[in-house]
Amino acid sequence: MNLILVTFIILLTFTSYYFGRKKALVIQSSQRLTALPKFYGYYLAAWCAAPALIIFVLWSVFEPSIVKTFILQDYTDQNLTKNELQLIYTKVKALAVGTYTGNITNFLDESANKYIQLKGIANSAKVAIILAILIFSLSFAYRSVQKNDRMREPVEIFLKWVLFVASLGAVLVTIGIVFSLLFEAIRFFQAVKIFDFIFGTHWYPAKTFVRDGQPDPELMKDAFGAVPLFAGTFFIAFIAMCVAIPIGLLSGIYLSEYAGRGVRKYAKPIIEILAGIPTVVYGFFAALTVGPFVKEIGNAMGLEVSAESALAAGAVMGVMIIPFISSLSDDVITAVPQNLRDGSYAMGATKSETVKKVIFPAALPGIVGSILLAVSRAVGETMIVVMASGLAANLTINPLESTSTITAQIVVILIGDQQFGDPKTQSAFALGISLFIVTLLLNVIALSVVKKYREKYE
Amino acid sequence: MSKIKAENVNVYYGSKQALFDVSIDIAEKEVTALIGPSGCGKSTFLRCLNRMNDVIEICRVEGSIKMDNLELNSRKLDVVRLRENVGMVFQKPNPFPKTIYENVAYGPTIHGIAQSKEEMDQIVETSLKKAALWNEVKDRLDEIATGLSGGQQQRLCIARAISVSPEVILMDEPCSALDPIATAQIEELIDDLKKEVTIVIVTHSMSQAARVSQKTGFFHLGKLIEFGPTDKIFKNPDNQQTQDYITGRFG
Repeated sequence: MNLILVTFIILLTFTSYYFGRKKALVIQSSQRLTALPKFYGYYLAAWCAAPALIIFVLWSVFEPSIVKTFILQDYTDQNLTKNELQLIYTKVKALAVGTYTGNITNFLDESANKYIQLKGIANSAKVAIILAILIFSLSFAYRSVQKNDRMREPVEIFLKWVLFVASLGAVLVTIGIVFSLLFEAIRFFQAVKIFDFIFGTHWYPAKTFVRDGQPDPELMKDAFGAVPLFAGTFFIAFIAMCVAIPIGLLSGIYLSEYAGRGVRKYAKPIIEILAGIPTVVYGFFAALTVGPFVKEIGNAMGLEVSAESALAAGAVMGVMIIPFISSLSDDVITAVPQNLRDGSYAMGATKSETVKKVIFPAALPGIVGSILLAVSRAVGETMIVVMASGLAANLTINPLESTSTITAQIVVILIGDQQFGDPKTQSAFALGISLFIVTLLLNVIALSVVKKYREKYE
Repeated sequence: MSKIKAENVNVYYGSKQALFDVSIDIAEKEVTALIGPSGCGKSTFLRCLNRMNDVIEICRVEGSIKMDNLELNSRKLDVVRLRENVGMVFQKPNPFPKTIYENVAYGPTIHGIAQSKEEMDQIVETSLKKAALWNEVKDRLDEIATGLSGGQQQRLCIARAISVSPEVILMDEPCSALDPIATAQIEELIDDLKKEVTIVIVTHSMSQAARVSQKTGFFHLGKLIEFGPTDKIFKNPDNQQTQDYITGRFG
């Protein structure tokens, strides 16, 4: 029913566009138009689609809760809790569509009938109201067209609002996510002291699992210390940057300053392909190829190497980030004005002197910005760590041991069954929001550095 | 005395020929002005004199350009040495985003001219004085050069060019991005510099050519139409095209 209704509105919208345009052409024969004919079409189409679709969306959002209120009215005298009422409503709905398998009481049966009845009324009312609105708004708009009112401004205003609503949606969703993170994190911090979380050196949330009742507060104290995770995160990111910065930067300089047009044309896309490989592929590459390789070499040298080492995960993560740094630094180096190069060459500087003394310092802020963006990417990377560096949160600075990161621990906490409202589950939100704050800070710093660099030449 | 002697210079950008058989004698310690409408090849010729055309991949230069009997258009030429001897000032001031001091010290550093910090300070001071900029910047040598005004930046670029004591300075429309006061300062500077250096200047302003130069060459469509003493070119040119350009009938 909804599908038919929406299709009808859309078809009518297209029709009214052509109708509006045609009408404009007719008006044109007798008087001067206020805008191009297509604006008449847009005007009519906007008036056709917007009010009807807005009402449709609002109706679809509010109808279920209104119906629910009506159904549950019959149960208000029974002193039921919120959860029980919810259960009853679910049963009624299931019964109405014929998927209920439990005991059917008279009361439930009655409610189900009422539900079907209400739904029917709601549906016909919806169709009737939307048709009425269509007729009303279309006739209003058509009169405007007929009177040859100004068409350009209303269409422009309409477009402005469409764009505004789209951006508002994006912003609201972001805010919603941040707040849901925040609220869950706050609930977690009611159970675990924020001090224990930030400064505790022992991460072992499974310890707090108890079948019934509340977990022991003493256990809680020592189970959620995030220091090993932060340390592991930055440690692996550090290893990754040790791989990515030199290779990425040098290849960026080669591409922008040394490579001929032919080489650049093929080399740059190939490097960028590296960025398109799914991280899960990097993950099993790290776990199945690099990890054992590192272990073998280490063992040959007489070192104790874990099969899942921070080194393997970090190195592969570094490879993943290379295209990021090389492509971004290539861009900022290319953006250094040619006249600086000319100035340096004209002084008799060689290419490497020019790169080292003029181009690199001029591009440095942009390069730093790209590195910071790469770091925030490394900090947020999950899959490689989960697969290649293990899940045990060791506090270590030995790259040959396994360690874990914030993101990997969130995965550990949330895969499999978990109980909502459990501190173990909620700790994922606390980790999430701390990760979010870290990457947000890195991004803000990176963007402001890049922005400063841009201002310098403009 | 002839400093630079160019014979039958042809320049190609890919398959397009930009200069046709240009032959010119540039006299020592004089200002030679190259004038002509846009795209006539005067900048292209200028860039042959310090091999800046090497930077452009598709550019090819034929013919002979001799400076003090040294063939410039040769594969064997040491370009770094040449550019130490032939400085260049560009159309748009292009100081490096470094301090004023570092800008002037750039050339002496890469050519290893100064032996000590004191010597470098001396070179920087002399160069800035010769470029008539010393008094304006002596108290802020460690400020970033891009904060200077356009005219100051251009004089800084001149100071940078003369810091390695070149024998020739090439100027590619050095005043086109400057206001009249800064232009007058630069022209005065050119007059001073010619006591020690040979200057070749490309300019769009005919009055500037008349003011600063001793010899003038008129380029049109990649050919050197007429070359001679500035007075003669501006008062009594031999060629009708030169006459037309000078009097503003085209270009």
